[in-house]
Amino acid sequence: MSGWERFVDSFFNARVMAQYLPKIIEGFGLTVVLALLIIAAGLALGLLLALLRAFGIRPLNWLIIFTVDLFRALPPLVIIVLLFFGLPNAGIELSGFVASWLSLTLVLMAFSEEIFWAGITSVPKGQWEAARSTGLGFVQTLGHVVLPQALRITIPPLTNRTIAITKGTALASVVAVPDILGAANAGVSFSFNPSPLTLGAIAYLVLFFPVVVLGRWIETRFAWKR
Amino acid sequence: MSAHAPIVDARAIHKHFGHLHVLKGVDLQVAEKELVFLIGPSGSGKSTLLRCLNRLEEPTSGSVIVDGIDMLDARTDINKARQRIGMVFQSFNLYPHMTALGNVALALRKVQGLGKAAAEAKARAALDRVHLADRADHYPLQLSGGQQQRVAIARAIALEPRVMLFDEPTSALDPELVGGVLAVMRELREDGMTMVVVSHEMGFAKAAADRVVFMADGAIVEQGVPAEIFAAPRHDRTRAFISQIERH
Repeated sequence: MSGWERFVDSFFNARVMAQYLPKIIEGFGLTVVLALLIIAAGLALGLLLALLRAFGIRPLNWLIIFTVDLFRALPPLVIIVLLFFGLPNAGIELSGFVASWLSLTLVLMAFSEEIFWAGITSVPKGQWEAARSTGLGFVQTLGHVVLPQALRITIPPLTNRTIAITKGTALASVVAVPDILGAANAGVSFSFNPSPLTLGAIAYLVLFFPVVVLGRWIETRFAWKR
Repeated sequence: MSAHAPIVDARAIHKHFGHLHVLKGVDLQVAEKELVFLIGPSGSGKSTLLRCLNRLEEPTSGSVIVDGIDMLDARTDINKARQRIGMVFQSFNLYPHMTALGNVALALRKVQGLGKAAAEAKARAALDRVHLADRADHYPLQLSGGQQQRVAIARAIALEPRVMLFDEPTSALDPELVGGVLAVMRELREDGMTMVVVSHEMGFAKAAADRVVFMADGAIVEQGVPAEIFAAPRHDRTRAFISQIERH
């Protein structure tokens, strides 16, 4: 076998690929579900924390900042491992799926809170003053005037961060979740051939490439009308 | 001033920003339908005084009564009270994500609780008063500075305020756009609006103001009818300020 043939046999082995494709597709579905759950919960919690922070209640803000910094500092894998292997000692058993979801949700919550907060503070003070001078209350001003502007500014960094953290779903394979990478790894172990990894890479591209393109589209869609 | 109780009655207003004492016991009464001009060098506290009138700035001490409502009383519904006091800012502060119509209609809907159709009808009427009915569907960035400021005026007058506060309404405008804004302000005055204006538009002050109040270092130095203040100021500070302004 020439080098090239060996390469094709290792990474593009049609027989192995065909055999493990169904598993990869199952893993793909699982990764999609996991990613969507992380995005929904992570962004919702991040926005909630940023909104709470806007009320300027000192002790609460210290708590928010501490939590956010904690989950921004810890590597996601460390959190997953702590939740999966550590919590059972406290009598709480989480499945690998739930541990992965919770970990990455907390990480996305932390990063998105910072991004949402930066967006809220970037809205000029004059916007608050104009709205309040017409009799709008604090919450109304936040909801109708400040947040819509803040969200537009946050879309590019938020998209980037969301993609980066959602790709971390691959870490779930460490705690035996049969996501794309988990399924691909299992395929490699059983077939003694790395072709399932190629399939996995393709699956990730199929999943995330449209998300990246969508992010770009949203960015232009939300630019100010001139 | 009329014999009636003043519509704006601010007394002994002190304002500290940390160690800075920016208002040192200022009294300002404004009668109904009066147009009062606040002038003075920058840092004299005139904008701060204006912002104390609708409590965008919280005075350190003193009292502010507007249209019979104690603005500084903790029991006062400040959001309700502020509808009676329109404010126009130097930097327009239009909401960039809403059309001109949306800008004007927002408070009508969310504060006054009007339905969409009623709010938009009222908003269109207000835009018509500032001669921008044809710009209702434009976004702020699609409008000139002068047009933006007129939309901001429409946003304030749509709520049918009893008093209008203008904080340097033309300072951020290119010279050729100032006239349109001043024309709208003059029409408001002719319709009987009570107005307190912080501005360097001395020509407008001379032509339209009932009273000019000159402030320096956080206090009112002197006040009177424009002819008096501009032609025969009694204080050196006023004289120096007027001659400096007129030289330009």
